[in-house]
Amino acid sequence: MVTDEDKVFKALADASRRQLLDRLRQQGGLTLGGLCEKYDMSRQAVTKHLLLLEAANLVVTVKRGREKLHYLNPVPINEIYMRWIGKFERKQVQALFNLKEALKESDYDKT
Amino acid sequence: MTKPELVYTTYIRTTPKKLWDAITNPEFTRQYWGGNENVSDWKPGSKWVHVTGDEERAIRVTGKVVEIVPLKRLVLTWADPADEADVSRVTFEIEPLEDEVRLDVIHGDFKAGSDMVNRVSGGWPRVLSSLKSFLETGAALKAAVCGASKHSNKAAAAANVAA
Repeated sequence: MVTDEDKVFKALADASRRQLLDRLRQQGGLTLGGLCEKYDMSRQAVTKHLLLLEAANLVVTVKRGREKLHYLNPVPINEIYMRWIGKFERKQVQALFNLKEALKESDYDKT
Repeated sequence: MTKPELVYTTYIRTTPKKLWDAITNPEFTRQYWGGNENVSDWKPGSKWVHVTGDEERAIRVTGKVVEIVPLKRLVLTWADPADEADVSRVTFEIEPLEDEVRLDVIHGDFKAGSDMVNRVSGGWPRVLSSLKSFLETGAALKAAVCGASKHSNKAAAAANVAA
């Protein structure tokens, strides 16, 4: 039996699909054409990836006239987060993440 | 209507009635929505508020009921009480499926230059997965509500004063 969570992990286990999610995070409401721009992937490949992402509920679509607009739906990712990160660990996990980001951005190691 | 900025979907093993009540009954909203209550008489044109469930009753969000089709569709305007001109629009759509219910939340029509979209985009996924676990398990709800208890609100307020 394939659970909803299996679908989410399978959908995320591919760099091209994660890239599509990144793109939708930057800008929601893109059409297939809009999503294909800037990528080396064929339209067919993007369509295939989008179907998997939609099946995992990581991408949702809205129809506007003849256009189908795509949006990142982070709700399933939040469910995974809530499952393994307890209420009282969230601040510590966030602090470690912030520290890592700050060190990445700083020029400290370049000098 | 312009292109919506935020669209969220979650599938919940529940009934449209229970989901509708979870959104519109303050006794339920406070249990998964950060301790806050949605309060209104839920009639078209009526005011609705999102208020803290503690004795402070601080209004966090305010707006009007634009459209209401019980168990199916609820459209609200959404504004910060400190700046009611900075108004946007939230639509809840409920669709029963075979053994679960699909909930779509669309938040759009933000005012140009408003930072409301950034303020709510982190919160909606949290609220919706919390709503899902509230309706499906009930038990998972303690972990799902972030800083919801009166006690931790007070602790947070104290920490703010200290800082």
